Amino acid sequence: MSIVAPLRARWRQANRQGDLSAAALALAPAVLLFAVFNIYPLLYSGYLSFMEWDGFSPQRTYVGLENYQSIYESAQFRNALSVTLKYMVGVTALGVALGLVIAMLLNSGIRGQNIYRMIYFLPVVTSTVAAAVVWRYLMTPGIGYADVFLRNVGLTPPSPTWLRNPTWALRIVILVGLWKRLGFNIVVFLAGLQNIPKDYYEAATVDGAGVWARFRHMTIPLIAPITLMLVIMSLIDAFLIFDVVYVMTEGGPVGTTEVVGFLLYRQAFHYFNLGTASAMGWVIFAIVFTATLILWKFFGVRESGL
Amino acid sequence: MSAASTSLARAIRLHAGRLPWGKLLIHATLIGGALVMVIPFLWMLTLSLKPAALTHQPPYLIPTHFEVANYEKAWQAAPFARYYLNTLVMTVGIVLGQVLLSSLAAYAFARLRFPGREVLFLIFLATMMIPLYVILIPSYLIIDWLGWIDSYAALIVPRLVSVFGIILLRQYYQGIPRELDEAAMIDGASRLGIWWRIILPLSGPGLATLGIFAFMFAWNDFLWPLVVINDPDMRTVQLGLAMFQGRYGTQWTLLMAGTVTATLPTLIVFLIGQRWFIQSVAQSGVKG
Repeated sequence: MSIVAPLRARWRQANRQGDLSAAALALAPAVLLFAVFNIYPLLYSGYLSFMEWDGFSPQRTYVGLENYQSIYESAQFRNALSVTLKYMVGVTALGVALGLVIAMLLNSGIRGQNIYRMIYFLPVVTSTVAAAVVWRYLMTPGIGYADVFLRNVGLTPPSPTWLRNPTWALRIVILVGLWKRLGFNIVVFLAGLQNIPKDYYEAATVDGAGVWARFRHMTIPLIAPITLMLVIMSLIDAFLIFDVVYVMTEGGPVGTTEVVGFLLYRQAFHYFNLGTASAMGWVIFAIVFTATLILWKFFGVRESGL
Repeated sequence: MSAASTSLARAIRLHAGRLPWGKLLIHATLIGGALVMVIPFLWMLTLSLKPAALTHQPPYLIPTHFEVANYEKAWQAAPFARYYLNTLVMTVGIVLGQVLLSSLAAYAFARLRFPGREVLFLIFLATMMIPLYVILIPSYLIIDWLGWIDSYAALIVPRLVSVFGIILLRQYYQGIPRELDEAAMIDGASRLGIWWRIILPLSGPGLATLGIFAFMFAWNDFLWPLVVINDPDMRTVQLGLAMFQGRYGTQWTLLMAGTVTATLPTLIVFLIGQRWFIQSVAQSGVKG
Protein backbone atom coordinates (compact mmCIF):
# COMPACT_ATOMS: atom_id res chain seq x y z
CA MET A 1 0.00 0.00 0.00
CA SER A 2 2.69 2.45 0.97
CA ILE A 3 4.40 2.07 -2.40
CA VAL A 4 1.21 2.19 -4.48
CA ALA A 5 -0.13 5.53 -3.23
CA PRO A 6 2.76 7.84 -4.29
CA LEU A 7 3.05 5.93 -7.58
CA ARG A 8 -0.60 6.62 -8.24
CA ALA A 9 -0.21 10.31 -7.47
CA ARG A 10 2.72 10.58 -9.88
CA TRP A 11 0.89 8.61 -12.52
CA ARG A 12 -2.08 10.92 -12.23
CA GLN A 13 0.09 13.98 -12.61
CA ALA A 14 1.78 12.64 -15.73
CA ASN A 15 -1.52 11.39 -17.04
CA ARG A 16 -3.10 14.78 -16.82
CA GLN A 17 -0.31 16.40 -18.78
CA GLY A 18 -0.21 13.62 -21.32
CA ASP A 19 -3.98 13.94 -21.64
CA LEU A 20 -3.85 17.50 -22.75
CA SER A 21 -1.39 17.11 -25.60
CA ALA A 22 -2.94 13.83 -26.69
CA ALA A 23 -6.42 15.37 -26.71
CA ALA A 24 -5.17 18.29 -28.77
CA LEU A 25 -3.69 15.89 -31.33
CA ALA A 26 -6.67 13.57 -31.36
CA LEU A 27 -9.23 16.32 -31.75
CA ALA A 28 -7.35 18.67 -34.06
CA PRO A 29 -8.43 17.12 -37.38
CA ALA A 30 -12.10 16.81 -36.42
CA VAL A 31 -12.27 20.30 -34.90
CA LEU A 32 -10.48 21.88 -37.84
CA LEU A 33 -12.69 20.19 -40.44
CA PHE A 34 -15.83 21.05 -38.51
CA ALA A 35 -14.82 24.66 -38.14
CA VAL A 36 -14.05 25.02 -41.84
CA PHE A 37 -16.90 22.96 -43.32
CA ASN A 38 -19.73 23.37 -40.80
CA ILE A 39 -19.40 26.28 -38.39
CA TYR A 40 -17.88 28.80 -40.78
CA PRO A 41 -20.35 28.03 -43.61
CA LEU A 42 -23.23 28.35 -41.15
CA LEU A 43 -22.13 31.84 -40.13
CA TYR A 44 -21.24 32.71 -43.69
CA SER A 45 -24.72 31.83 -44.93
CA GLY A 46 -26.17 33.87 -42.05
CA TYR A 47 -24.14 36.80 -43.37
CA LEU A 48 -25.18 36.11 -46.99
CA SER A 49 -28.83 36.03 -45.95
CA PHE A 50 -28.59 39.78 -45.31
CA MET A 51 -27.00 40.44 -48.70
CA GLU A 52 -28.08 40.65 -52.27
CA TRP A 53 -25.54 38.81 -54.39
CA ASP A 54 -25.46 36.75 -57.59
CA GLY A 55 -22.27 34.88 -56.72
CA PHE A 56 -20.22 36.43 -59.52
CA SER A 57 -20.17 40.20 -59.23
CA PRO A 58 -17.59 41.60 -56.82
CA GLN A 59 -20.24 43.69 -55.14
CA ARG A 60 -22.55 42.46 -52.41
CA THR A 61 -25.29 44.81 -51.30
CA TYR A 62 -26.47 44.83 -47.71
CA VAL A 63 -30.27 44.62 -47.73
CA GLY A 64 -31.05 43.97 -44.06
CA LEU A 65 -33.99 41.66 -43.51
CA GLU A 66 -35.29 42.13 -47.04
CA ASN A 67 -34.49 38.55 -48.09
CA TYR A 68 -36.40 37.16 -45.14
CA GLN A 69 -39.27 39.50 -45.81
CA SER A 70 -39.36 38.59 -49.48
CA ILE A 71 -39.47 34.84 -48.81
CA TYR A 72 -42.11 35.45 -46.12
CA GLU A 73 -44.21 37.24 -48.72
CA SER A 74 -43.27 34.96 -51.60
CA ALA A 75 -46.12 32.81 -52.86
CA GLN A 76 -43.52 30.42 -54.23
CA PHE A 77 -41.91 29.83 -50.84
CA ARG A 78 -45.27 29.46 -49.13
CA ASN A 79 -46.29 26.96 -51.77
CA ALA A 80 -43.01 25.08 -51.23
CA LEU A 81 -43.58 25.01 -47.47
CA SER A 82 -47.10 23.70 -47.90
CA VAL A 83 -46.00 21.06 -50.43
CA THR A 84 -43.22 19.98 -48.09
CA LEU A 85 -45.63 19.86 -45.17
CA LYS A 86 -48.04 17.64 -47.12
CA TYR A 87 -45.16 15.34 -48.01
CA MET A 88 -43.94 15.24 -44.39
CA VAL A 89 -47.39 14.48 -43.02
CA GLY A 90 -48.11 11.89 -45.71
CA VAL A 91 -44.88 9.95 -45.30
CA THR A 92 -44.89 10.22 -41.52
CA ALA A 93 -48.54 9.38 -40.83
CA LEU A 94 -48.69 6.48 -43.29
CA GLY A 95 -45.16 5.33 -42.46
CA VAL A 96 -45.74 5.24 -38.71
CA ALA A 97 -49.21 3.66 -38.89
CA LEU A 98 -48.23 1.00 -41.43
CA GLY A 99 -44.89 0.49 -39.70
CA LEU A 100 -46.60 -0.27 -36.40
CA VAL A 101 -49.16 -2.60 -37.95
CA ILE A 102 -46.52 -4.58 -39.85
CA ALA A 103 -44.19 -4.69 -36.84
CA MET A 104 -47.04 -6.08 -34.73
CA LEU A 105 -47.84 -8.71 -37.35
CA LEU A 106 -44.15 -9.64 -37.46
CA ASN A 107 -44.09 -9.85 -33.68
CA SER A 108 -47.04 -12.23 -33.54
CA GLY A 109 -44.88 -15.33 -33.43
CA ILE A 110 -45.13 -16.18 -37.10
CA ARG A 111 -42.36 -17.94 -38.97
CA GLY A 112 -39.94 -16.12 -41.21
CA GLN A 113 -39.76 -12.93 -39.18
CA ASN A 114 -36.17 -12.26 -40.20
CA ILE A 115 -36.83 -12.78 -43.89
CA TYR A 116 -39.81 -10.43 -43.88
CA ARG A 117 -37.83 -7.84 -41.94
CA MET A 118 -34.97 -8.03 -44.42
CA ILE A 119 -37.28 -7.64 -47.41
CA TYR A 120 -39.05 -4.65 -45.90
CA PHE A 121 -35.67 -3.09 -45.16
CA LEU A 122 -34.31 -3.45 -48.72
CA PRO A 123 -35.67 -0.10 -49.98
CA VAL A 124 -34.06 1.72 -47.02
CA VAL A 125 -30.57 0.88 -48.28
CA THR A 126 -31.41 1.54 -51.92
CA SER A 127 -30.31 4.88 -53.30
CA THR A 128 -33.11 7.38 -53.61
CA VAL A 129 -32.04 8.25 -57.14
CA ALA A 130 -32.35 4.63 -58.26
CA ALA A 131 -35.66 4.22 -56.44
CA ALA A 132 -37.05 7.34 -58.10
CA VAL A 133 -35.94 6.15 -61.56
CA VAL A 134 -37.59 2.76 -61.08
CA TRP A 135 -40.83 4.24 -59.75
CA ARG A 136 -40.91 6.71 -62.62
CA TYR A 137 -40.84 3.68 -64.90
CA LEU A 138 -43.47 1.79 -62.88
CA MET A 139 -45.86 4.73 -63.16
CA THR A 140 -45.37 5.26 -66.90
CA PRO A 141 -48.73 4.84 -68.68
CA GLY A 142 -49.11 1.63 -70.65
CA ILE A 143 -45.58 0.42 -69.93
CA GLY A 144 -45.14 0.57 -66.19
CA TYR A 145 -46.37 -2.27 -64.05
CA ALA A 146 -47.86 -0.07 -61.32
CA ASP A 147 -49.85 1.85 -63.92
CA VAL A 148 -51.25 -1.36 -65.39
CA PHE A 149 -51.97 -2.72 -61.92
CA LEU A 150 -53.84 0.41 -60.87
CA ARG A 151 -55.87 0.31 -64.09
CA ASN A 152 -56.80 -3.28 -63.35
CA VAL A 153 -58.06 -2.44 -59.87
CA GLY A 154 -60.23 0.23 -61.45
CA LEU A 155 -58.25 3.45 -61.00
CA THR A 156 -58.36 5.49 -64.17
CA PRO A 157 -54.98 7.09 -64.80
CA PRO A 158 -55.24 10.86 -64.51
CA SER A 159 -54.43 13.04 -67.46
CA PRO A 160 -51.91 13.52 -68.89
CA THR A 161 -49.90 11.05 -66.76
CA TRP A 162 -49.60 10.15 -63.07
CA LEU A 163 -46.51 12.28 -62.62
CA ARG A 164 -47.73 15.21 -64.71
CA ASN A 165 -51.11 15.48 -63.03
CA PRO A 166 -51.19 18.26 -60.38
CA THR A 167 -53.18 16.12 -57.93
CA TRP A 168 -51.33 12.87 -58.41
CA ALA A 169 -47.68 13.90 -58.76
CA LEU A 170 -47.23 14.65 -55.07
CA ARG A 171 -49.08 11.47 -54.10
CA ILE A 172 -46.65 9.41 -56.15
CA VAL A 173 -43.70 11.25 -54.59
CA ILE A 174 -45.17 10.49 -51.15
CA LEU A 175 -45.60 6.85 -52.18
CA VAL A 176 -41.91 6.60 -53.09
CA GLY A 177 -40.89 8.32 -49.85
CA LEU A 178 -43.09 5.91 -47.93
CA TRP A 179 -41.68 2.90 -49.78
CA LYS A 180 -38.15 4.04 -48.80
CA ARG A 181 -39.05 4.84 -45.19
CA LEU A 182 -41.33 2.01 -44.09
CA GLY A 183 -38.63 -0.60 -43.41
CA PHE A 184 -36.80 1.73 -41.07
CA ASN A 185 -39.94 2.33 -38.99
CA ILE A 186 -40.72 -1.39 -38.91
CA VAL A 187 -37.26 -2.30 -37.62
CA VAL A 188 -37.39 0.32 -34.86
CA PHE A 189 -40.97 -0.56 -33.87
CA LEU A 190 -40.20 -4.28 -33.85
CA ALA A 191 -37.23 -3.70 -31.54
CA GLY A 192 -39.52 -1.69 -29.27
CA LEU A 193 -42.21 -4.37 -29.23
CA GLN A 194 -39.67 -7.07 -28.46
CA ASN A 195 -38.49 -5.03 -25.47
CA ILE A 196 -41.88 -5.19 -23.78
CA PRO A 197 -41.64 -7.81 -21.00
CA LYS A 198 -43.79 -10.87 -21.72
CA ASP A 199 -45.13 -10.96 -18.16
CA TYR A 200 -47.12 -7.79 -18.78
CA TYR A 201 -49.23 -9.50 -21.39
CA GLU A 202 -49.46 -12.72 -19.47
CA ALA A 203 -50.74 -10.87 -16.41
CA ALA A 204 -53.24 -8.94 -18.52
CA THR A 205 -54.43 -12.12 -20.23
CA VAL A 206 -54.93 -13.80 -16.87
CA ASP A 207 -56.95 -10.77 -15.78
CA GLY A 208 -59.18 -11.33 -18.79
CA ALA A 209 -58.02 -8.55 -21.10
CA GLY A 210 -58.83 -9.26 -24.74
CA VAL A 211 -56.67 -8.61 -27.77
CA TRP A 212 -58.04 -5.12 -28.30
CA ALA A 213 -57.81 -4.18 -24.61
CA ARG A 214 -54.20 -5.33 -24.47
CA PHE A 215 -53.36 -3.34 -27.58
CA ARG A 216 -55.19 -0.25 -26.42
CA HIS A 217 -54.08 -0.17 -22.78
CA MET A 218 -50.68 -1.88 -22.92
CA THR A 219 -49.01 -1.86 -26.32
CA ILE A 220 -49.92 1.72 -27.18
CA PRO A 221 -48.74 3.35 -23.94
CA LEU A 222 -45.59 1.20 -23.86
CA ILE A 223 -44.45 2.10 -27.36
CA ALA A 224 -45.64 5.72 -27.24
CA PRO A 225 -42.08 7.05 -26.64
CA ILE A 226 -40.68 5.15 -29.65
CA THR A 227 -43.60 6.33 -31.74
CA LEU A 228 -42.98 9.94 -30.84
CA MET A 229 -39.29 9.55 -31.64
CA LEU A 230 -40.07 7.99 -35.01
CA VAL A 231 -42.58 10.71 -35.80
CA ILE A 232 -40.12 13.53 -35.15
CA MET A 233 -37.26 11.77 -36.95
CA SER A 234 -39.46 11.03 -39.91
CA LEU A 235 -40.70 14.62 -40.04
CA ILE A 236 -37.15 16.00 -40.03
CA ASP A 237 -36.01 13.49 -42.61
CA ALA A 238 -38.99 14.21 -44.87
CA PHE A 239 -38.52 17.95 -44.46
CA LEU A 240 -35.11 17.64 -46.14
CA ILE A 241 -36.39 15.73 -49.20
CA PHE A 242 -34.60 16.51 -52.46
CA ASP A 243 -33.52 13.51 -54.57
CA VAL A 244 -36.96 12.08 -55.36
CA VAL A 245 -38.27 15.42 -56.57
CA TYR A 246 -35.13 16.16 -58.56
CA VAL A 247 -35.37 12.86 -60.43
CA MET A 248 -39.11 12.31 -60.77
CA THR A 249 -40.85 15.65 -61.19
CA GLU A 250 -38.37 18.56 -60.99
CA GLY A 251 -40.92 20.35 -58.84
CA GLY A 252 -43.70 20.12 -61.44
CA PRO A 253 -46.39 20.07 -62.58
CA VAL A 254 -47.03 23.76 -61.86
CA GLY A 255 -45.05 23.67 -58.64
CA THR A 256 -47.20 20.99 -57.01
CA THR A 257 -44.12 19.01 -55.96
CA GLU A 258 -41.75 21.91 -55.43
CA VAL A 259 -40.42 21.19 -51.93
CA VAL A 260 -38.33 23.75 -50.02
CA GLY A 261 -35.03 21.97 -50.62
CA PHE A 262 -35.59 21.94 -54.35
CA LEU A 263 -36.68 25.58 -54.38
CA LEU A 264 -33.55 26.54 -52.44
CA TYR A 265 -31.38 24.59 -54.86
CA ARG A 266 -32.96 26.35 -57.84
CA GLN A 267 -32.74 29.79 -56.24
CA ALA A 268 -29.05 29.22 -55.56
CA PHE A 269 -27.79 27.33 -58.59
CA HIS A 270 -30.22 28.29 -61.37
CA TYR A 271 -31.24 31.85 -60.54
CA PHE A 272 -28.15 32.78 -58.49
CA ASN A 273 -30.15 34.55 -55.80
CA LEU A 274 -27.62 33.60 -53.15
CA GLY A 275 -29.06 35.99 -50.57
CA THR A 276 -32.59 34.65 -50.87
CA ALA A 277 -31.38 31.06 -50.93
CA SER A 278 -29.28 31.65 -47.80
CA ALA A 279 -32.25 33.13 -45.99
CA MET A 280 -34.26 30.04 -46.96
CA GLY A 281 -31.42 27.92 -45.64
CA TRP A 282 -31.61 29.68 -42.30
CA VAL A 283 -35.37 29.22 -42.11
CA ILE A 284 -34.86 25.49 -42.76
CA PHE A 285 -32.08 25.41 -40.17
CA ALA A 286 -34.29 27.12 -37.56
CA ILE A 287 -37.06 24.58 -38.11
CA VAL A 288 -34.74 21.56 -37.96
CA PHE A 289 -32.95 23.01 -34.92
CA THR A 290 -36.22 23.37 -33.04
CA ALA A 291 -37.42 19.89 -33.99
CA THR A 292 -34.11 18.33 -32.95
CA LEU A 293 -34.14 20.12 -29.60
CA ILE A 294 -37.62 18.73 -28.98
CA LEU A 295 -36.34 15.26 -29.91
CA TRP A 296 -33.39 15.55 -27.54
CA LYS A 297 -35.52 16.98 -24.77
CA PHE A 298 -37.78 13.95 -24.87
CA PHE A 299 -35.30 11.19 -25.52
CA GLY A 300 -31.83 12.30 -24.59
CA VAL A 301 -29.14 12.73 -27.16
CA ARG A 302 -27.70 9.25 -27.45
CA GLU A 303 -30.93 7.34 -27.92
CA SER A 304 -32.09 9.63 -30.68
CA GLY A 305 -28.65 10.45 -32.14
CA LEU A 306 -30.11 11.64 -35.41
CA MET B 1 -38.42 -19.39 -32.52
CA SER B 2 -39.90 -19.75 -29.08
CA ALA B 3 -37.26 -17.43 -27.67
CA ALA B 4 -38.21 -14.73 -30.08
CA SER B 5 -41.94 -14.99 -29.58
CA THR B 6 -43.44 -12.78 -26.96
CA SER B 7 -46.56 -13.17 -24.99
CA LEU B 8 -48.28 -10.90 -27.47
CA ALA B 9 -47.39 -13.58 -29.95
CA ARG B 10 -48.90 -16.17 -27.69
CA ALA B 11 -51.98 -14.05 -27.24
CA ILE B 12 -52.47 -13.68 -30.97
CA ARG B 13 -51.78 -17.37 -31.42
CA LEU B 14 -54.49 -18.15 -28.91
CA HIS B 15 -56.75 -15.85 -30.80
CA ALA B 16 -55.69 -17.40 -34.08
CA GLY B 17 -56.48 -20.80 -32.61
CA ARG B 18 -60.10 -19.86 -32.63
CA LEU B 19 -59.87 -18.54 -36.17
CA PRO B 20 -57.92 -21.17 -38.12
CA TRP B 21 -57.30 -18.65 -40.87
CA GLY B 22 -55.71 -16.04 -38.58
CA LYS B 23 -52.13 -17.02 -39.19
CA LEU B 24 -52.64 -17.42 -42.90
CA LEU B 25 -54.21 -13.99 -42.97
CA ILE B 26 -51.15 -12.51 -41.24
CA HIS B 27 -48.84 -14.17 -43.75
CA ALA B 28 -51.03 -13.06 -46.64
CA THR B 29 -50.89 -9.46 -45.44
CA LEU B 30 -47.15 -9.58 -44.87
CA ILE B 31 -46.49 -11.20 -48.23
CA GLY B 32 -48.66 -8.58 -49.93
CA GLY B 33 -46.58 -5.83 -48.34
CA ALA B 34 -43.34 -7.63 -49.11
CA LEU B 35 -44.36 -7.86 -52.77
CA VAL B 36 -44.78 -4.08 -52.93
CA MET B 37 -41.29 -3.77 -51.48
CA VAL B 38 -39.71 -6.30 -53.84
CA ILE B 39 -41.55 -5.82 -57.14
CA PRO B 40 -39.71 -2.61 -58.08
CA PHE B 41 -36.42 -4.54 -57.74
CA LEU B 42 -37.74 -7.41 -59.85
CA TRP B 43 -38.88 -5.06 -62.59
CA MET B 44 -35.61 -3.19 -62.46
CA LEU B 45 -33.70 -6.43 -62.91
CA THR B 46 -35.85 -8.09 -65.55
CA LEU B 47 -36.43 -4.96 -67.59
CA SER B 48 -32.69 -4.41 -67.72
CA LEU B 49 -32.46 -7.82 -69.44
CA LYS B 50 -35.26 -7.39 -71.96
CA PRO B 51 -35.05 -6.39 -75.63
CA ALA B 52 -35.95 -2.72 -75.95
CA ALA B 53 -38.76 -3.18 -78.48
CA LEU B 54 -40.84 -5.35 -76.17
CA THR B 55 -41.13 -2.83 -73.38
CA HIS B 56 -43.81 -0.94 -75.23
CA GLN B 57 -46.26 -3.79 -75.00
CA PRO B 58 -48.28 -4.42 -71.85
CA PRO B 59 -45.70 -5.35 -69.23
CA TYR B 60 -44.69 -8.89 -68.43
CA LEU B 61 -42.25 -9.81 -65.71
CA ILE B 62 -40.11 -12.69 -66.96
CA PRO B 63 -37.95 -11.94 -70.01
CA THR B 64 -38.38 -14.39 -72.88
CA HIS B 65 -34.74 -14.06 -73.77
CA PHE B 66 -31.97 -12.29 -71.97
CA GLU B 67 -30.55 -9.18 -73.54
CA VAL B 68 -27.26 -8.78 -71.71
CA ALA B 69 -26.25 -6.30 -74.39
CA ASN B 70 -28.34 -3.69 -72.54
CA TYR B 71 -25.56 -3.47 -70.00
CA GLU B 72 -22.92 -3.05 -72.68
CA LYS B 73 -24.99 -0.32 -74.31
CA ALA B 74 -25.64 1.46 -71.03
CA TRP B 75 -21.98 1.29 -70.03
CA GLN B 76 -21.05 2.70 -73.45
CA ALA B 77 -23.68 5.43 -73.44
CA ALA B 78 -22.43 6.63 -70.09
CA PRO B 79 -19.00 5.87 -68.58
CA PHE B 80 -20.34 3.81 -65.67
CA ALA B 81 -16.93 2.24 -65.14
CA ARG B 82 -15.56 5.71 -64.56
CA TYR B 83 -18.51 6.53 -62.25
CA TYR B 84 -17.74 3.38 -60.28
CA LEU B 85 -14.12 4.40 -59.90
CA ASN B 86 -15.09 7.91 -58.76
CA THR B 87 -17.63 6.59 -56.28
CA LEU B 88 -15.20 3.99 -55.03
CA VAL B 89 -12.49 6.58 -54.37
CA MET B 90 -15.00 8.86 -52.67
CA THR B 91 -16.56 6.08 -50.60
CA VAL B 92 -13.24 4.62 -49.45
CA GLY B 93 -12.02 8.11 -48.54
CA ILE B 94 -15.13 8.95 -46.56
CA VAL B 95 -15.33 5.58 -44.80
CA LEU B 96 -11.65 5.52 -43.80
CA GLY B 97 -11.70 9.16 -42.80
CA GLN B 98 -14.85 8.89 -40.72
CA VAL B 99 -13.67 5.74 -38.99
CA LEU B 100 -10.22 7.13 -38.21
CA LEU B 101 -11.14 10.69 -37.23
CA SER B 102 -14.28 9.69 -35.31
CA SER B 103 -12.28 7.09 -33.44
CA LEU B 104 -9.59 9.59 -32.46
CA ALA B 105 -12.11 12.22 -31.37
CA ALA B 106 -14.23 9.66 -29.55
CA TYR B 107 -11.14 8.44 -27.70
CA ALA B 108 -10.39 11.97 -26.56
CA PHE B 109 -13.97 12.46 -25.37
CA ALA B 110 -14.21 9.06 -23.68
CA ARG B 111 -10.78 8.76 -22.08
CA LEU B 112 -8.78 11.97 -21.91
CA ARG B 113 -9.26 14.71 -19.36
CA PHE B 114 -8.90 18.23 -20.63
CA PRO B 115 -10.59 21.54 -19.88
CA GLY B 116 -13.69 22.31 -21.98
CA ARG B 117 -14.33 18.69 -22.85
CA GLU B 118 -18.07 18.75 -22.18
CA VAL B 119 -18.57 22.07 -23.94
CA LEU B 120 -16.68 20.90 -27.00
CA PHE B 121 -18.70 17.70 -27.10
CA LEU B 122 -21.94 19.70 -26.93
CA ILE B 123 -20.78 21.85 -29.83
CA PHE B 124 -20.11 18.71 -31.86
CA LEU B 125 -23.58 17.44 -30.98
CA ALA B 126 -25.16 20.71 -32.01
CA THR B 127 -23.59 20.52 -35.47
CA MET B 128 -25.78 17.48 -36.11
CA MET B 129 -28.66 19.91 -36.38
CA ILE B 130 -27.11 21.76 -39.30
CA PRO B 131 -28.86 20.58 -42.47
CA LEU B 132 -26.84 20.55 -45.68
CA TYR B 133 -29.17 23.18 -47.17
CA VAL B 134 -28.07 25.96 -44.85
CA ILE B 135 -24.35 25.41 -45.52
CA LEU B 136 -24.70 24.42 -49.17
CA ILE B 137 -23.86 27.79 -50.74
CA PRO B 138 -20.92 28.77 -48.48
CA SER B 139 -19.51 25.25 -48.72
CA TYR B 140 -19.66 25.51 -52.49
CA LEU B 141 -17.94 28.91 -52.33
CA ILE B 142 -15.19 27.49 -50.09
CA ILE B 143 -14.64 24.53 -52.43
CA ASP B 144 -14.54 26.94 -55.36
CA TRP B 145 -12.06 29.19 -53.54
CA LEU B 146 -9.85 26.21 -52.79
CA GLY B 147 -9.97 25.28 -56.49
CA TRP B 148 -11.49 21.91 -55.61
CA ILE B 149 -14.51 21.93 -57.95
CA ASP B 150 -14.53 18.64 -59.92
CA SER B 151 -12.06 16.96 -57.60
CA TYR B 152 -12.10 14.02 -55.21
CA ALA B 153 -11.12 16.42 -52.44
CA ALA B 154 -14.44 18.24 -52.86
CA LEU B 155 -16.32 14.95 -52.54
CA ILE B 156 -14.35 13.66 -49.58
CA VAL B 157 -12.84 16.33 -47.35
CA PRO B 158 -15.98 18.19 -46.19
CA ARG B 159 -17.53 14.86 -45.13
CA LEU B 160 -14.58 13.36 -43.30
CA VAL B 161 -15.99 13.86 -39.83
CA SER B 162 -19.16 12.19 -38.61
CA VAL B 163 -20.79 13.36 -35.39
CA PHE B 164 -22.85 10.19 -35.41
CA GLY B 165 -19.57 8.26 -35.52
CA ILE B 166 -18.09 10.22 -32.64
CA ILE B 167 -21.17 9.60 -30.46
CA LEU B 168 -21.34 5.93 -31.41
CA LEU B 169 -17.65 5.24 -30.73
CA ARG B 170 -17.48 7.36 -27.58
CA GLN B 171 -20.23 5.22 -26.14
CA TYR B 172 -18.45 2.10 -27.32
CA TYR B 173 -15.16 3.17 -25.75
CA GLN B 174 -16.82 3.91 -22.43
CA GLY B 175 -17.64 0.20 -22.34
CA ILE B 176 -13.99 -0.88 -22.67
CA PRO B 177 -12.51 -1.49 -19.17
CA ARG B 178 -10.16 1.27 -18.03
CA GLU B 179 -7.88 -1.28 -16.38
CA LEU B 180 -6.54 -2.11 -19.84
CA ASP B 181 -5.49 1.53 -20.35
CA GLU B 182 -3.89 1.65 -16.93
CA ALA B 183 -1.94 -1.53 -17.50
CA ALA B 184 -0.61 -0.19 -20.79
CA MET B 185 0.17 3.12 -19.08
CA ILE B 186 2.31 1.40 -16.49
CA ASP B 187 4.09 -0.37 -19.33
CA GLY B 188 5.01 3.06 -20.60
CA ALA B 189 2.53 3.53 -23.42
CA SER B 190 1.64 7.08 -24.39
CA ARG B 191 -1.98 8.23 -24.52
CA LEU B 192 -2.15 7.95 -28.29
CA GLY B 193 -0.24 4.68 -28.04
CA ILE B 194 -3.07 3.36 -25.90
CA TRP B 195 -5.57 4.43 -28.54
CA TRP B 196 -3.59 2.68 -31.26
CA ARG B 197 -2.68 -0.50 -29.41
CA ILE B 198 -5.53 -1.05 -26.93
CA ILE B 199 -8.67 0.84 -27.96
CA LEU B 200 -8.54 0.48 -31.72
CA PRO B 201 -8.01 -3.30 -31.82
CA LEU B 202 -10.89 -3.74 -29.35
CA SER B 203 -13.39 -1.59 -31.22
CA GLY B 204 -13.93 -3.76 -34.29
CA PRO B 205 -17.74 -4.05 -34.09
CA GLY B 206 -18.16 -0.34 -33.39
CA LEU B 207 -15.89 0.62 -36.28
CA ALA B 208 -17.67 -1.83 -38.56
CA THR B 209 -21.09 -0.39 -37.72
CA LEU B 210 -19.84 3.11 -38.43
CA GLY B 211 -18.15 1.85 -41.59
CA ILE B 212 -21.37 0.32 -42.94
CA PHE B 213 -23.37 3.48 -42.25
CA ALA B 214 -20.65 5.61 -43.82
CA PHE B 215 -20.56 3.36 -46.88
CA MET B 216 -24.32 3.55 -47.39
CA PHE B 217 -24.30 7.31 -46.90
CA ALA B 218 -21.42 7.90 -49.31
CA TRP B 219 -22.56 5.51 -52.02
CA ASN B 220 -26.12 6.89 -52.12
CA ASP B 221 -25.35 10.56 -51.59
CA PHE B 222 -26.63 12.91 -54.27
CA LEU B 223 -27.07 16.62 -53.50
CA TRP B 224 -23.48 17.45 -52.54
CA PRO B 225 -21.92 15.70 -55.59
CA LEU B 226 -24.56 17.42 -57.75
CA VAL B 227 -23.34 20.80 -56.54
CA VAL B 228 -19.55 20.38 -56.65
CA ILE B 229 -19.21 18.21 -59.77
CA ASN B 230 -19.61 19.65 -63.29
CA ASP B 231 -17.13 17.53 -65.21
CA PRO B 232 -18.97 14.46 -66.61
CA ASP B 233 -15.86 12.36 -65.95
CA MET B 234 -15.97 13.17 -62.24
CA ARG B 235 -19.58 12.10 -61.69
CA THR B 236 -20.44 9.59 -59.01
CA VAL B 237 -22.71 6.65 -59.83
CA GLN B 238 -25.83 8.34 -58.43
CA LEU B 239 -25.06 11.58 -60.21
CA GLY B 240 -24.31 9.72 -63.42
CA LEU B 241 -27.57 7.80 -63.16
CA ALA B 242 -29.60 10.98 -62.64
CA MET B 243 -27.93 12.62 -65.67
CA PHE B 244 -28.31 9.41 -67.67
CA GLN B 245 -32.05 9.41 -67.04
CA GLY B 246 -32.17 13.05 -68.11
CA ARG B 247 -30.74 12.06 -71.51
CA TYR B 248 -32.18 8.60 -72.04
CA GLY B 249 -35.43 9.26 -70.18
CA THR B 250 -37.54 6.72 -72.06
CA GLN B 251 -34.98 4.11 -73.07
CA TRP B 252 -36.10 2.04 -70.14
CA THR B 253 -34.00 -1.06 -70.75
CA LEU B 254 -30.78 0.95 -70.78
CA LEU B 255 -31.96 3.04 -67.87
CA MET B 256 -32.72 -0.04 -65.80
CA ALA B 257 -29.32 -1.51 -66.64
CA GLY B 258 -27.89 1.72 -65.23
CA THR B 259 -30.11 1.51 -62.17
CA VAL B 260 -29.07 -2.05 -61.43
CA THR B 261 -25.48 -0.89 -61.81
CA ALA B 262 -26.06 1.89 -59.30
CA THR B 263 -27.90 -0.25 -56.76
CA LEU B 264 -26.02 -3.53 -56.78
CA PRO B 265 -23.07 -2.64 -54.51
CA THR B 266 -25.25 -1.37 -51.65
CA LEU B 267 -27.58 -4.34 -51.95
CA ILE B 268 -24.64 -6.75 -51.80
CA VAL B 269 -23.14 -4.99 -48.78
CA PHE B 270 -26.54 -4.99 -47.12
CA LEU B 271 -27.20 -8.68 -47.78
CA ILE B 272 -23.79 -9.60 -46.37
CA GLY B 273 -24.03 -7.50 -43.23
CA GLN B 274 -27.81 -7.64 -43.04
CA ARG B 275 -28.53 -8.81 -39.50
CA TRP B 276 -25.82 -6.64 -38.12
CA PHE B 277 -27.02 -3.62 -40.02
CA ILE B 278 -30.64 -4.06 -38.95
CA GLN B 279 -29.55 -4.60 -35.38
CA SER B 280 -27.67 -1.34 -35.19
CA VAL B 281 -30.65 0.52 -36.66
CA ALA B 282 -32.95 -1.17 -34.16
CA GLN B 283 -30.69 -0.36 -31.24
CA SER B 284 -29.72 3.17 -31.99
CA GLY B 285 -32.75 4.28 -33.93
CA VAL B 286 -30.30 5.90 -36.28
CA LYS B 287 -30.36 6.24 -40.02
CA GLY B 288 -27.13 6.42 -41.98
